[in-house]
Parts: sequence; structure tokens; C-alpha cells
Amino acid sequence: MFKRLADAGAVVALTVDGKPVQARSCDTVAAALLAAGIDRCRTTPVTGAPRLPYCLMGVCFDCLVTIDGVGSRQACLVPVHEGMTVETQQGRREAGR
Amino acid sequence: MAASPPTLQSSFGGPVQGARRMPSEAPQERRGASEFDVAVVGGGLVGVATAWGLAREGCRVVVLDEGDRAVRASRGNFALVWVQSKGLGLAPYAGWTIRSSNAWEGFAQTLKEETGLDVCFQRPGGFHLSLSERELEARANSLKRLHNQPGIVDYKTEIMDHAQVARMLPDIGLEVVGGSYCPLDGHVNSLRLFRTLHTAIKARGVTYLPSHRVENITREGGEFRLTTAHREIRANRVALAAGNANMHLAPMVGLECPMRPERGQIVVTERLRPFLRHPVVTLRQTDEGTVMIGDSKEERTDPAGLTLGVSATEAERAVRMFPVLGSANVVRTWSAIRVMTQDGFPIYDESESHPGAFTVCCHSGVTLAANHALTIAPMIARGALDKSLVAPFSARRFHVQEAG
Repeated sequence: MFKRLADAGAVVALTVDGKPVQARSCDTVAAALLAAGIDRCRTTPVTGAPRLPYCLMGVCFDCLVTIDGVGSRQACLVPVHEGMTVETQQGRREAGR
Repeated sequence: MAASPPTLQSSFGGPVQGARRMPSEAPQERRGASEFDVAVVGGGLVGVATAWGLAREGCRVVVLDEGDRAVRASRGNFALVWVQSKGLGLAPYAGWTIRSSNAWEGFAQTLKEETGLDVCFQRPGGFHLSLSERELEARANSLKRLHNQPGIVDYKTEIMDHAQVARMLPDIGLEVVGGSYCPLDGHVNSLRLFRTLHTAIKARGVTYLPSHRVENITREGGEFRLTTAHREIRANRVALAAGNANMHLAPMVGLECPMRPERGQIVVTERLRPFLRHPVVTLRQTDEGTVMIGDSKEERTDPAGLTLGVSATEAERAVRMFPVLGSANVVRTWSAIRVMTQDGFPIYDESESHPGAFTVCCHSGVTLAANHALTIAPMIARGALDKSLVAPFSARRFHVQEAG
């Protein structure tokens, strides 16, 4: 769905829900998820509705994911790094995970 | 405009005489020329629970409230419907609390029938957890003193060791040496309770007047005149349910209500999958998944302030009790001012110099909401407190102590 406009830097390898994903060094996590064609980054805690990054500027909080073990981080505000572990969130988070 | 009162549930513990009376059938002889039978001063949980109960008795009720900026415990409380620990120093308070705890399920059910709103009352039993042997010993001693009082209702609070607690709360940390468990403890969604009671009084035709802070009360010609910035309200009776402000209002009608407000702080996590089956006195998981942490007490009364060290200590103890909380995100913290009488026990009084004036004042506006609606309100509707139930809670008790 999304196409990169130009070469955005070196390839960075991350995992999303355990699967390898290639991002670019200038990507935010949100950009990397969208570019990889991932169709939901979380489902909401109350109704379970699917969510993707929306505003891309830290306002809407729709892009919450678990990054390197820390839950509910705003994917649009965090730059990717080599070896990053990203997990999508399903509904309410589980305490201790 | 008033909905017809539904019949009462048989599960209610309180006296319910006259509850089926329609508003139009209220005894005429009781009425003066006043627009209202009862003016309730205060639109927090105590005020609206009382107003709802009065409306069920067929009274024409007005609630005089402050505005959105009011210092309001009803918006900041911890939402426990709590029994254990209540009554040390005043044994009848234990029985009074258990009465409300027992009436709560029926109270919540009736509110649901009237409004369609669920206040999510649950009574799974609750814990007080100790992080050292010394804390546990102090806890056991305090419960022993409580239950050794003459006339106390034994409410079966049990001291448990780590293994016993872990069977009911599997996520406790190794530092939890034990705790006390009381099967009567529960909790509720208190913001929804606040909304539900407001919805319920509206449906019953109660007149709710926000931004009508009561400045003065006088009694003339057998009726009360309540001065507000907007206008004067007249009522045959007045029920003071204004929390800490009762301290200033009560002397206007020949009563007293000595208070010592204190500040508490609460830390709230993001929504988590249910992991905590029982509320703990300092920590509970709400029906919506957030974990509320906090049982702090500060002798400060600035509602806008927040002492970070206090929040940090609350969070630190919470993580020691439940290590799984270590990775949970905090989404909110707040402070709120507790309504607290000088000795911590409720004050229910009726004025001798100003007949028809009552005080309804307590710390536990959530726990005692069922009593205020189902027991206190009918007494006010009848015009006299039932001494057999509430005599121990008169503010006259303070004279004895001050004389010493």
C-alpha cells in the first residue's frame, strides 16, 4: 500500500511479533510497520477494534506497540534500531509481559 | 416528570417503610409553603445518595451543589466498599458498615433497573497485605483490638500467611509475608456510581442546582432559607451533605461537624488483562482493567498539589506486592481531599435548636452510600433519626473527649 519515495538510508533489521522485518535507518517504528504492510498494530482494550498509526506525530495514540519489552509506546515517536523487537498489542496488556 | 418509584427489593437490609408512596401522596400536613420538602446541601456521593433515597420516599427534593471546580472527593476516591478495619475505637461503626455492605448488591441492582447503568459492584472479599513480619504483627494486633471491643460484630477477618494469600492472589511477590482477608470487602466503579446517582435523581424529579453554593442558612417561620449567589431556596427540612464544608454549615443550624480534611494520592496504570481477583486496600484492578494504587494520607489540603515522593512510594510498594506491575505504564496520577471527621467516624445528627436540620457526614461515601439512600434518607423523610441505629454517630461524642 505504501511506497518509499526514495532511498531512506541503510537497511535495519527488526522483528515484529517474532517475524523479521526490514526497515530503513531513518524510519520510525510506525513508518516501518506501515511500509511492511502490517495491517494492525494493536486492538483496543475495550472493544477490540483494530488500530494502525494514524496521525504520525504523537497526538492520536493509535500506534501503541510494545517495543523492546516496554508496552504501549508510541510507534510514531520512536526511531528504529538494529535488532529492535516490536510486538503488536491485542486488547488489554497482560500484567508482567 | 418524576418516574413512578419501583417496588423495593426484598434484599435490602434497611427500614423501607413508606417507600412505595407516590410523590403526590406525601403528607400535606408536613408541608409549609416551601417549594421543597428537603434541601440537600452538597451534590457529591453522600448528597445524591441521600437525595435519591428522599425522592423514593415521595419527598420534593432540591440538591444545592457547587460547580465543576468544587473540591469533590466523589471524583477522586478509591472506590472500595470496605469493611475490614472499620470500627476500631467506635464498635457500632463496624455494624453500620456491614449493614451498608450487605445492602449494596440490592442498591446497585435497583439503580440499574432505574437508570440502565451498571456501577459494577463486586464483593469478592478483600486483602490488606503486609511486606514485613512487623507489619503483619501490627495488622494482627489491630484486628485483635478491634474484635475485643464490647458489642462488636465479628466480621471474620482472617490473618493469612504468604502461601495462603498466594492461593487467592497468585501474583503476589516474595516480599509479601501475609495479610488479612475479609470476605465482606468489595469495590465498585465509583465514577459510574456518581453518574448513575445523578441520572437516578434526575429521573425521579429531584431539582439539581449546580453553582448554588450555600452561603448561609436561617430558619424562619418554620422553614429553612438557604442563601446562594443566585437566589434564596426555601425548604421545610435541610440535610447537610457538603463533606468538609459541613464544618462551616452545621453551626448555622445549631449543629456541629468538626472535620480534619486530609489529602490522598492515587496512581493509575494502563488497562491490563484481569489478574487481581480481590481488591487490596492499597491497590485494586477496576472492571475496566486499570489498576488503581494509593492509600496515602497527608495533612495537606491543597487539591491541586501532588507530592511526587508519595506517588513513588505507593508505586514502589505496589510493585513489591505484585512484581508483574513493574512493566505496567502509569497513565494518570491525582490527588484528592478526603472528607474526614475529626475522629474518622460518621456524623449523623438532627438539630434541637433548628428542628428539621440534619447532618449526613462521613469519610466513606462509597461504602455507606447504600445506608444513606436506604436507611438515613427515610429517617429524614420521617423527620427524626432512629436513635437505635445512629445515636453513636452524633457529634455529641466530641464533647466528652474535649472535656478530658
